[in-house]
Parts: sequence; structure tokens; C-alpha cells
Amino acid sequence: MIRFLLKGLLRDRSRSLLPFATVALGSMLTVVGFSWLNGAISTIVEASANFSAGHVKIMSRAYANEADQAPNDLALDGVASLLAELRRDHPALVWTPRIKFGGLIDIPDDKGETRAQGPAAGLAIDLRSAASPERRLLNLDKAVVRGRLPEHPGEILVSDAFAARLGIGPGSTATFIGATMYGGMAVRNFTVSGTLRFGIAAMDRGAVLADIADVREALDMEDAAGEVLGFYRDALYRKKEAAALAAAFNGDRRGDGDAGEFAPVMVTLHEQAGLGQTLDFASAVYTLMLVLFILVMSIVLWNAGLMGSLRRYGEFGIRLALGEDHGRLYRSLIAEGAIVGLLGSAVGTALGLAVSYYLQAKGLDIGSMLKNASMMITDVLRARVTTTSYIIGFVPGLAATFLGKAVSGIGVYKRQTSQLAKEFEA
Amino acid sequence: MKNRTVLLLLALAAIAPAFLPAQEPDGEAILRRVDENMGSDNKITTSTMTIHGRRGSRSVRSKSWIRGRTQSFTEYLDPPREKGTKMLKLEGQLWTYAPSSDRTILISGHMLRQPVMGSDLSYEDMMEDPRLAVLYTATVAGREDYEGRPCWVLDLASRGEEIAYFRRKIWVDRERSVVLREERFAKSGKLLKTTEVESVERQGGRFVPTRIVFKDALKEGGGTEFVLESIEFDAAIPDHVFTKASLR
Repeated sequence: MIRFLLKGLLRDRSRSLLPFATVALGSMLTVVGFSWLNGAISTIVEASANFSAGHVKIMSRAYANEADQAPNDLALDGVASLLAELRRDHPALVWTPRIKFGGLIDIPDDKGETRAQGPAAGLAIDLRSAASPERRLLNLDKAVVRGRLPEHPGEILVSDAFAARLGIGPGSTATFIGATMYGGMAVRNFTVSGTLRFGIAAMDRGAVLADIADVREALDMEDAAGEVLGFYRDALYRKKEAAALAAAFNGDRRGDGDAGEFAPVMVTLHEQAGLGQTLDFASAVYTLMLVLFILVMSIVLWNAGLMGSLRRYGEFGIRLALGEDHGRLYRSLIAEGAIVGLLGSAVGTALGLAVSYYLQAKGLDIGSMLKNASMMITDVLRARVTTTSYIIGFVPGLAATFLGKAVSGIGVYKRQTSQLAKEFEA
Repeated sequence: MKNRTVLLLLALAAIAPAFLPAQEPDGEAILRRVDENMGSDNKITTSTMTIHGRRGSRSVRSKSWIRGRTQSFTEYLDPPREKGTKMLKLEGQLWTYAPSSDRTILISGHMLRQPVMGSDLSYEDMMEDPRLAVLYTATVAGREDYEGRPCWVLDLASRGEEIAYFRRKIWVDRERSVVLREERFAKSGKLLKTTEVESVERQGGRFVPTRIVFKDALKEGGGTEFVLESIEFDAAIPDHVFTKASLR
């Protein structure tokens, strides 16, 4: 039977070509669209988590209210004991303290006076501890362009673009000038150990990376940190688990009055910097994409089926006149649809996966559009192929063809065997 | 009859001022008197700035040598972390020296908008020409009492785009020509800073504010209390003080 239908489909291309092409194109677009969106969202979330938000983040309540300004005068105190408590009570996460700081990087001339300077966005991380996760999280080994990672106290990394602007390189002296935690003037000399490029415009403009011990000394922040970040050890963000963890942590630390202002508060990745909206938006887009695909494909295929039925009006009449019952005819139509859907979806999915794998490997450089971006988004966006990519186009493609044929084929039941002779005479 | 008419006219002339609106003085003239009161070619001051932040209060003591409106040299005396830090304002540039790094650094760009030692004053405020009449045009907005002192209320409009505050409102002590209260606004009309003079003393023939509270309206905290411990007008200051070499 299947062989018979296949022969019919191959020999009468007008019966199969349009539905096949429609399903294949639709499946391909769905696979590419899903994989691209999946890759883009994953990249944004991953970069935001690793560079800024963590899977969860702990700040003082006052700092959290003005977190976009990284106000170190409102930083967390007693970080050593807080870290010990977190590592004991929540071993599923790896915890790391960070300080974001701003100021000027000033480059001296031979007389020790200003030769060049520029505004810097600094990030202090645990760079020198063997157990620190920061090298992995920020992919530092790959990010180094010139020189090496800091190994000794007083060494910093400067973004390659910033270093070029200042005319410095590994071995240069750079002076940081900013404000201490208590508002005093902070001035400290550093040695540039290397330059780096993250491929994130917001970081590459004027980033300075320093060891947290050096920055604590410079900013008078002994046992303090602006933020403590927590990451799930398997690098997978779990929205519900993170929300439950934050709720439990915050419930235990309800402060009031001035003391409460500096009490620690935990927020999840979802709650920071509009990431929740981004994730919710992505989820809505996935759903919309699938619904639209099935709907549009069904309508197109239904229409194609109706046109096919009109064209094959005579054929159906003869088949019915020869004794084929309506059910068998209807089932054969659906089987034809299933074969077209199966082949179309398979070809479309294969093509979509090929394009997606290409975009995953090569990516698309959108760096020129991100020159002034403050979002943690990489210059090169890539698709991400997952198991879902294999079925996201295939199943709806098959379902749409099936639905289209099922609806358009109902017309078969309207043909009355008693009227067939009259139809043929006419 | 003629004599009676003349007498009546004279009587009317005598009592007329009581019924006419008081003649407001020229705003520019008031502003010039304010500048003249504080103006002096050379000044040496010692002061303490107490900054009331959200984590507590801290005091910074300094000594300043000031020549005219474009040159000043400040050395921080206390606390120990700031001791030895120096700042030199020299012809439109602000240089700082930090003994911990042995560096002479030009403060420029966005750094000029940062607070000085965490106070409610910015480096830009330090760099400003102290003569209000040079920076602003003034109109008299009215008369008000401030802390029991009769004042002129002046609206000041900046003379140029490069001036840090687009508009100011000041309360000038009518008798002593001292600004007792000030509100500084951005171009958008947003209040940026307030200044309140809590104490004025007569020194060297001038009325000098000796306790001022500055408040940055954009940040939380209790403001910055500035106490002038001593001031010496027309002091002899050697030229070398106002050179970069004196920073080290």
C-alpha cells in the first residue's frame, strides 16, 4: 500500500511537491529559529551570570537598591564568615566574592606625572587562589591576548582595547585612582601583567581585572565585598531551586532599621538586570513560533489538500465507483499526507540542523551593533543545537501535514455513490 | 491759598515713600558686594570637613593656600590614611599627589564630578571660580528672613554652558553680604546641592562663614559639615607653592 502511495506521489508531483516544499521550509525555519534563539539567549544568560549576576548573588540591602552604580560604600561587611556559612550550608553552589569598582587608570611619564589616562570599570575577583572558580567562569586563560594572568600581588589585567588606547602593555605601570569604601581617596600603583579580550563590548571598553586582595587594600575594604556570587557546580541555572534558596536565605535575615540596611540579601539571576524578562520573552517566542508554525502550515496544507481534491475529483469518483469505500479512500489520503509530512519534515529538519550547526560553529559577528551596549552580550552570537532542535521542526511538520490532509479530505465523505453515474455522464 | 497748596504737596512728598513699593537693589550689585566681602588676593586657611555618610562620620583636616581665583594648594593633615595627600589647582587643571603611590595625577573628565574625599563637594566645585558675579547674572527674587537674618533672595543664571550649575538660588545677608543659604540646580531644574551657613564670624574686616553644611541632594547621608578653623587674608605665599614640584 505504502509503495503504491509513494509511486503515486513521485509520479504525480503536483500532488506532493507543494506540500513537501512547504513542510520542509517550515520545519527548516523552525529548527534554525529555535536553535538561533536558544543560542542567543543562552549566550546572554551565561555571560550575564558569569560576568555579573551569578546564578544567585548576595549584596547588602542598600547596595542592592543601587546595584547598577556598584556603590562600594554600601558593600557587605564580614564576608569571610558569610562565605564560610554559605560553603557549609549550600555546598551545591560554588561561592565567590567580587568587588566592582570605578575610577581612573592613569599612566605615568618619566617624571611620574600623567601621560595618559582613561575611565576604568574594574572587577576584583579571586585571581590567585587555587580553589577559585573565576578563571573558569570568566574563561580567563582564553581571554588573555598579551602577557599572562596575575601571579603576584599588585598585578592587573587590562582590556586590550583600553591598553592600546593608553599605550601600555605587559610590564607597564598603571595607577588606579578612585574612592575607598569610606569615601577617601584611593590611589594605588599596579603592574600590568597582561591584556585581555572577552569579546563582550561592555567589558572590553575599559575593563580592569585585579585580584580582590589588592583591591581590598586599595579601597580600604578589609573583609568586605560588593557582591558574593553563587554558581551551581554543574553550571546549570535552576530557576525554582535558586528562588527557593534566595527565599530561605532572605527569610532568615530580615533586618530592620539602619542595621537592616547593611544586612545581606540574596537575589537570583532571574531577578537581575532584566534577565527575567529576557528569559520569559524567549519562552514566549518559542511558544509563539510553534503555534504559528503549526497554524500556518495547517492552513497552507489544508488549502493544498483542497486544491488537490478538486484536481483529483475525477480520480476519487472513479475509485469510489470501483467499490473503494469512503473510509479507505480517506485513510489513503491521510497516509499520503503522512508520507509527505514525514519526508518533508525529515528533509526540513536535516537542512535546518545543517544551517544551525554552521551558525553554531561560525556564529554571527554583531560587534559593530554593540559598541555602546551595557548588556553582557558577546560580540559573536552563535546558534545552539540541542536535542529539542531535532524534534522542534519535525513533530509540528508532521502534525501540520496530518491536520491539513485530515481536514481537506473530509470532502470525500460528501461524495454520494448514487450520484457518481450522473457526474460521469455530465 | 497758594501757600496751603504748597504745604500740602510737601506733606504728600514726605509721606509718599511709605506708600510706594520699596526700591529693590540691583541683583548684580548685591552679587558684587558678596564677592568683595570674600575677595582677597592671598588666603591661608585651615579647615575640617566632617562627612556624615551612611556608614558613619569621618573627619578630614586640611590646610589650603589660595592665590586669586585660579591657584590653590591643599595639603591633607588628617586622618592618617589621607595625610600627605596634596591637591594643586593651577590654571584650570587639578593635580593630586598621593604619597602611597608617589604619583602626581591630573584629575580630569568624569573624575571631576566625583566627591572630594567622599564629601558632598565635587572636584568640579573645587575648580569653580569663586566669584559669583563672573559666573552668573543675578536678579532679585525677593526678601526673606533666614535664621532670623533679613536676606535678599537672588536667582542666578549661568553665563555659559560650561558652568557646573545651570541655576542657583541664594539668600544673601542684607547687612553682611554673606550667602547664608544656597540651592544649586541642573539645567533640567533638578536640585543638585544645598548649602547652609550655620555660623558667620568677622575676621580681618570681613564677614566669613565659619561653619557650612553642604548636602548633595542626589545622595543619601547627612551631608558634609565644613568648619573653618582659621583664615589669614592677604597672606604672603611664596610662588613655589603653586608649582607641581611642591606636590612631592
